[in-house]
Order: sequence, then C-alpha cells, then structure tokens
Amino acid sequence: MASHADTHAHGDHGHHDDHHGAHANHGTFGSYMTGFVLSVILTAIPFWLVMGDVIADKQVTAVLVMGLGLVQIIVHMIFFLHMDTKSEGGWNMMALLFTVVLVLITLSGSLWVMHNLNTYMMPLTPEAAKQLP
Amino acid sequence: MSANTSHNAQPGGELTFYLREEHHPEQSTMIGFWIYLMSDCLIFAILFATYAVLGHSFAGGPDAKELFDLKLVAINTAMLLFSSITYGFAMLEMEKGNKGLMISWMVVTFFFGVCFLGIELYEFHHLIGEGAGPWRSAFTSSFFTLVGTHGLHVTCGLVWMAVLMVQMNKHGINAANKRRMTTLSMFWHFLDVIWIGVFSFVYLMGVL
Repeated sequence: MASHADTHAHGDHGHHDDHHGAHANHGTFGSYMTGFVLSVILTAIPFWLVMGDVIADKQVTAVLVMGLGLVQIIVHMIFFLHMDTKSEGGWNMMALLFTVVLVLITLSGSLWVMHNLNTYMMPLTPEAAKQLP
Repeated sequence: MSANTSHNAQPGGELTFYLREEHHPEQSTMIGFWIYLMSDCLIFAILFATYAVLGHSFAGGPDAKELFDLKLVAINTAMLLFSSITYGFAMLEMEKGNKGLMISWMVVTFFFGVCFLGIELYEFHHLIGEGAGPWRSAFTSSFFTLVGTHGLHVTCGLVWMAVLMVQMNKHGINAANKRRMTTLSMFWHFLDVIWIGVFSFVYLMGVL
C-alpha cells in the first residue's frame, strides 16, 4: 500500500512537473528576449557581410551566410518554438528529424541531379540559340 | 507533497488520476499541428529546391543582383522579427491572464505582419513594373512562387489572428482560445523560420 501511494505521489509529482513544463514551454520573458537578441545579431551579421562587401572571397561569405542562417533557425526553434527533446514525449523532435532528413534528401538530390544534367548537356551556342523556335 | 500522498492513498483519490487525461486531447492538437507544420516545411523544401535549380536561369533577363533591394529586405526581415517577439509577449500575457494587454500585443503583431505583407507586395509590384514578373524567366518564376507562397502563409496567419482577436475579445481566455493561440504561435514562428531561409538563400546569396 505504501508503495502504491508512493507511485501515485510520484505520478502526481511528475504531473506537476509536466504542468510546469507546459508553462515553461510557453517560454518566459527572459527566454523570448534571449531569442530575440540572438536573432537580431544573427540577422544583422549576414546582411552586414553582404551589403558592406566585408569579405573579398564570395565563397567564404556564402558559407558564413548559410551557416548563420542555420544557427538562427536553431535559435528560433529553441526560444520561439520551444523545441526540446522532451516536448510531446520526444515525438516533436522525431517528426522534426524526419523532416530534416527529407528536406536534405530533396535539396541535395535536386541539386545533384540537375547539376549532372547541366554538366552532360550539350552546350547551347549563341548561333544554335537563334535557330530555336 | 505529503497531503497529495494521503489523498491518493484513499480510493477516491483515483478520480483525480482520471481527470488528468483531459490534458491529452489538448496535447494531441499540438503534436498534430506540429506534423502539419512539418508537412508545410516539405512544401517549402520543394520550392527552395526548385529555386536552387532554376535560380540562375535568367533567360537573358535581369538577374538577382539587379532586381533585389537588400535595404527593403532588411526592413521586411525586421518587421517579421518584431512580430515574432510581440507575439511572444502576447503569449506571456495570455499565461498571466491579462486579456487587454494580450490583445494589445496581438494588435501590434498584426500591424507588423501587415507591414511585412505591404512591403512584400510593394516589392512584387516594383518587380513586375520593371518587367521582371513571374513570366520573365525561370528565375523569376521560382522566386515569385517561393516568396509568394510564404506571403500567402503570412496572409492566412493574419486572417487567423484577426479572427482570434475577435474570439478572444468575445469569449475571453478560455481553454479553446488558448489552444488556438498556441497553435497560431507555432504557425507564426514557423513562418519566421522559413523567412530566415528565404532571406539567407534567396536574397543574400542572390545579391552576393
């Protein structure tokens, strides 16, 4: 009986935690502000890099812009969408990971296939282009 | 804690156990909406992939560098970012139960959303005026489709927000309205996440 009561108490405790978790899931003023400040910084840097022509090597700038974009997406996920590995018993994260895999396959697959096609296609000369209907 | 234990030790205490199950339908809405967002994410992934493939097919028309005005995009990005944080404030006020303040923050969010949409429509209008409408080249087609789909989502979000403001005003902060507010929060922040991809990949990489 004692153990029974104990499990209930434990369950109740867990529930309370859940409830707190649900509240924490809505974020706090601090977490929203942290997310906002980080987002502003992570938005300002890529715009500054491109608009100010800060780095001569465009390849480096491109990698930086995409990298900062990725970091900002993660910041939004954590501070605005309140993602963590525990929300909805982990199913949110599962669905997200699955989607990320599909997105990666879609993006890299499309680029790869179309790049191949472009590479193996006969080049269109200006003369040939003029004869197109 | 000890009070809880003694309560639950009694047979009647079991009832409180069943009451908790009430939370589950609410939870399943959230996970269901999350799955919807993920499927929406796939739509955008396809549009991004299309843009990635076609983004350099200018067909002799203007390229991204000539067309895009980064200052405008920066203002637009700021609008969406501000609307994200003000929506967050609305959520916090909802948690506190301040209906008036919550609706005020929603109005501010709505205003920023309308600004975003207005600037985007102005940009589209400007592009079409320059002869770079969706029909000009594969690049403009894929650009208008991707950014236009995002704009359409923002429009839907704004309609939802307007309806929700009326409902909140009429019925107050009840469980149903809370659920709607939380799902709209997910939707709205999700659109901001997509916009990060748009301004990084389309605008900044295009002008680079």
